[in-house]
Amino acid sequence: MDLMENQVWTLAEQWEGKLKPISYELLAWGRNLADKLNAPLVSVVMGNGIPRETLETLVHYGADEVYCVQHPRLSHFTCESYARVLERLIQTRRPTILLGGATTTGRTLLPYLAVKVGTGLTADCTALDIEPGTGNLLQTRPAIGGNIMATIKTPNHRPQMATVRPRSKKPLCPDPTRKGRIETIEAPEEWMDNRVQFLELQALDEDGNSLESADIVVSGGKGLKKAENFSLIRGLAEELGAAIGASREAVERGWISYPHQVGLSGKTISPKLYIAVGISGSIQHLAGIKSSETILAVNSDPGAPIFQVANFGIVGDLFQVIPRIRDRLREYRMRKQQEGTHGCEE
Amino acid sequence: MHIVVPIKQVPDTAKVKLDPETGTMIRSETDAVMNPLDLYAVETAIRLKEQYGGKITVLSMGPSSAHRTLKEALAMGCDEGVLLSDKAFAGADTWATSYALSTAIRESVPYDLIITGERATDGDTGQVGPGIAAWLNIPVATYVARIENFDGTRFTLARLTEEGYERLSVPLPCLLTVVKEIAIPRLPTLKGIKRARASEISIRGKDAFPFRDEYLGLRGSPTRVVKIETPQVSRKGEVLVIKTEEDLEKAAEEFVRFLEERALI
Ligand SMILES: Cc1cc2nc3c(=O)[nH]c(=O)nc-3n(C[C@H](O)[C@H](O)[C@H](O)COP(=O)(O)OP(=O)(O)OC[C@H]3O[C@@H](n4cnc5c(N)ncnc54)[C@H](O)[C@@H]3O)c2cc1C
Ligand SMILES: Cc1cc2nc3c(=O)[nH]c(=O)nc-3n(C[C@H](O)[C@H](O)[C@H](O)COP(=O)(O)OP(=O)(O)OC[C@H]3O[C@@H](n4cnc5c(N)ncnc54)[C@H](O)[C@@H]3O)c2cc1C
Repeated sequence: MDLMENQVWTLAEQWEGKLKPISYELLAWGRNLADKLNAPLVSVVMGNGIPRETLETLVHYGADEVYCVQHPRLSHFTCESYARVLERLIQTRRPTILLGGATTTGRTLLPYLAVKVGTGLTADCTALDIEPGTGNLLQTRPAIGGNIMATIKTPNHRPQMATVRPRSKKPLCPDPTRKGRIETIEAPEEWMDNRVQFLELQALDEDGNSLESADIVVSGGKGLKKAENFSLIRGLAEELGAAIGASREAVERGWISYPHQVGLSGKTISPKLYIAVGISGSIQHLAGIKSSETILAVNSDPGAPIFQVANFGIVGDLFQVIPRIRDRLREYRMRKQQEGTHGCEE
Repeated sequence: MHIVVPIKQVPDTAKVKLDPETGTMIRSETDAVMNPLDLYAVETAIRLKEQYGGKITVLSMGPSSAHRTLKEALAMGCDEGVLLSDKAFAGADTWATSYALSTAIRESVPYDLIITGERATDGDTGQVGPGIAAWLNIPVATYVARIENFDGTRFTLARLTEEGYERLSVPLPCLLTVVKEIAIPRLPTLKGIKRARASEISIRGKDAFPFRDEYLGLRGSPTRVVKIETPQVSRKGEVLVIKTEEDLEKAAEEFVRFLEERALI
């Protein structure tokens, strides 16, 4: 078999010329699969004005090759032109596996592309492996609100495509001595045809707003006692890169705006981690967080119902606990930065 | 404007009970309902119709009982319901589902706009919307949180991404998938319920449209579910009670370790 036909591809994502963390996480998955298949691992990047040093980091993080397609009209994600570029590359180079992030980009681009190239796509995977013997990709994903784990194969179609949930694997530790080939691919103008026009990006309001898409949500309740104290929640959320939520009591007191309310008469969310601070866990509040993967609670009352649903609980005074947690998180981050890694796998 | 809203019937997860011993779903207590996220697609369509005129067709692929879900949408204010129901459609993955739905849309109606939910609460892939757009070769905008303007040929809208709201200009015909933020779904009115009860849902099998048999159902699906496992859902976990300074320190450290083990930091 032609070696090229066996390639494992991962799709890097960039924002304003900088690569997003998912690009490196996918390489950690891809490296594992490529090694099992004894196949080359390729990172595919689309964008504009991405410097060569940035592309080289993909090699440091595990890619054998980088295919880079740059064009002013690829600077922002647009489904049609991104899909057309990938479709043409797939047709000529025939990879066996293509992994993308289960992000708003990957979850738009890959299902569109899968139809265009006539293959299957598994959504939101949290584990990937190679089936011994057949060499098929085994794709494992949660479904029905995380109540079941399904393993899915794409036996007869290539490439086998999957979107992979962000943070489901740590990136490999970068090796700056690793060498790889960086290929720049010229995209013809006609690939750039795009009926959708990107106008601009509006940043989220100061408290953020992406409650529904956030992996981590930190929520505050009446236990915070007054408006100024809500800054404890904002601080912890910032440290964790989390979105901010609240109980109705906190919203009704005007400590934070209504779009942040979680529960029956607010938003229903299913983050990977929900942190409830000074929230009792009323039925109405729990209705909004039931399908969270993990729940963590800080409350001074050991009898608070929130502990009935928490995977990890701290019974104590939030005014002591939250600042201490924040300090430890900050130390953790500094330590990792000094080690030169943001948490990576040897 | 002719709007098509594909809607899916799903088990009512609010009523899904898990067996605490085995962790499996207790089926008997689950009722089928309209995918809750499809209510937002239906609401968006009705608001556009109210503003710009036109007609809304709701379309579902599923068992014959799914006609109830279609009637619910009619009661909210949609005009016509079409149900694709046939053994040949069973077991479809998102590729085959979007093939069947897109073929029915293309063959039965001149359409201007297709609106789907963000994802279905059971299969949970969110892939069917972009898949339909690809089959029909029309532009797609996902995670739409706001429609700001419509000038007769193009929408100006905002899509919710990790970075913020991406504002886009999208021409008709196109497909939008919408998130909850877009509108609060209305309840059916009494008049709407009566009208829905009196209306007919047309049920179409595999011969109603020029489908390619080899693209339908399980046979047409590139993916195969090969294993299903039910993870034990024991929620109640460790609880640390803080009485002393040492307890406080230990709790903070455990907290960081908990996040680290789950790759959340
Ligand atoms: C129809 C309806 C819809 C509703 N919809 C919603 C909804 O969408 N969302 C929602 O949240 N609620 C909703 N509610 C309200 C709900 O019933 C509760 O009143 C509300 O969730 C309580 O908010 P809370 O947990 O912040 O406050 P409380 O229940 O008062 O809890 C405060 C908690 O803080 C703890 N605490 C106090 N001091 C400290 C401290 N120093 N350190 C640590 N912990 C401390 C206390 O032990 C207590 O458990 C709804 C109610 C109804 C009737
Ligand atoms: C456990 C499990 C895991 C699965 N994983 C995958 C997978 O990874 N990849 C894959 O290709 N298939 C998968 N499937 C199959 C998939 O669930 C079905 O193809 C299903 O018909 C559509 O996918 P969905 O439920 O994810 O819908 P989504 O794509 O999440 O639905 C999005 C929107 O499309 C519309 N829509 C979806 N289905 C219909 C319908 N039947 N009729 C009308 N409108 C509809 C609705 O507007 C809906 O809001 C899986 C099935 C199971 C049981």
